[in-house]
Amino acid sequence: MMNNSGPAVAVSGLQVIRGKRRVIPGLDLEIPSGQVVGLLGPSGSGKSTLMRCIVGVQIIEAGSVTVLGHPAGAPVLRDEVGYVTQSPSVYADLTVRDNVAYFGRAVGLRGAELREAVDRTLEEVDLVSHADQLVQDLSGGQESRVSLAAALVGRPTLLVLDEPTVGLDPVLRRDLWDLFRQLAGRGHSLVVSSHVMDEATRCDRLVLLREGQVLADVTPEELLAQTGAADADAAFLALIDAETARAGASSTPSDRSAS
Amino acid sequence: MNAGLATATSGRVLRQVRTDHRTIGLIIVVPCVLLGLLAWIYNGTPVFDAIGPALLGVFPMIVMFIVTSVATLRERQSGTLERLLTTPMGKGDFMLGYAVAFGALAVVQALVATGFAVWVCDLDVAGPLWLLIVVAVFDAVLGTALGLLASGFARTEFQAVQFMPAFVLPQFLLCGLLIPRDQLPTVLEWISNLLPLSYAVDAMKEIARNPDPVTAVLSDLGIIAAFIAAALAVGSLTLSRRSA
Repeated sequence: MMNNSGPAVAVSGLQVIRGKRRVIPGLDLEIPSGQVVGLLGPSGSGKSTLMRCIVGVQIIEAGSVTVLGHPAGAPVLRDEVGYVTQSPSVYADLTVRDNVAYFGRAVGLRGAELREAVDRTLEEVDLVSHADQLVQDLSGGQESRVSLAAALVGRPTLLVLDEPTVGLDPVLRRDLWDLFRQLAGRGHSLVVSSHVMDEATRCDRLVLLREGQVLADVTPEELLAQTGAADADAAFLALIDAETARAGASSTPSDRSAS
Repeated sequence: MNAGLATATSGRVLRQVRTDHRTIGLIIVVPCVLLGLLAWIYNGTPVFDAIGPALLGVFPMIVMFIVTSVATLRERQSGTLERLLTTPMGKGDFMLGYAVAFGALAVVQALVATGFAVWVCDLDVAGPLWLLIVVAVFDAVLGTALGLLASGFARTEFQAVQFMPAFVLPQFLLCGLLIPRDQLPTVLEWISNLLPLSYAVDAMKEIARNPDPVTAVLSDLGIIAAFIAAALAVGSLTLSRRSA
């Protein structure tokens, strides 16, 4: 694991255009090391795009993204950053074990070390009993766990997980969040996007995105205190409503002068 | 480039193929069926001895072209390629892994097809049989390299399959199988000089008629190897780590 005293991720002045749309119009953000940071926001708010920037696969228009002290996507980061895309990206015509082992080899694990890492990871995602099945014969939830295992096997310093718990039952979701907490306890940094607001309370920090901008960057407790809401779902809605009202208020005078 | 990463990739590709019995069957059986059909059509004439070896070079290239271009396109679409490129896996390791895996399949295909042509269809060649197999393997790797290149320009699997007639049929028409290349109209002869399949067929024809073809075949193989290297190099440019 890479030693890094600074933040896990530092984003400054980031702008991204996808197609003709400015998905991220200018974003500054710091993600601390050794924490689970939840990336929340409605669909289309730029969560996945920001994650693609952090792992260095997104062409950016302006700004900088620094990961563990290096520019995002730099060769030294390639076995330090694990990335799980929203739709599972694993080989359907390989067994679960072969998939995980291949991604383990890709980050340089070999021999006994590789075998141990694969066994440990299969246990973590609860797929030991399916290890020798082809991925194409699994359910959607199982397939997304294979995709997660492929990133966990190399024990990267920074894990970037795009909606890792979609389609999973509550027991499994709880177990995975326990695993995320354990990893953070051992000094790994995690960025996890989610639609499910009750998962937000299990994060150390929450970053709320809306239209490519940071609406809030707070701890779960601060979020509830600030909004006076009872749960994360209500707090998020309250923030969005407040923001919409503010945007409406600032545009009203100019509307009046125009008419 | 890193030999361990390339080996990991070729092992993975071969494991994938192993689960797909029908594809293995098609790769091994189809060339034999086509050769058998051809031998039957030209039964009692010397034509099969003349064009049989050339076809032993053409089939592996076509089959590997299709298999590789579809397989690579699937990697692009499923997101596995993008994910791999965020790991220490380099583009070169990836390309080489594919070339080695399909090259190994090509060895099996060439052994079976050549054995079938010689012992079942009574194909008679002047040169050594092992050289037929060496050329067939080069042609298969050429097909793999061109398939990797073509898949960079395909957005859908339909397009990838259509690249077969677009990339391969013109080479097939101009490679000297229909009429000898030196009897083509001058412009077409020049064009055929620029196409890799022409050298594959030249090498096979040389083995068919020349009892000691090694020198001539080596220069053809050198040209084919250069085409393979060029296709892999240009193909790796189409694999980009970053996208919009």
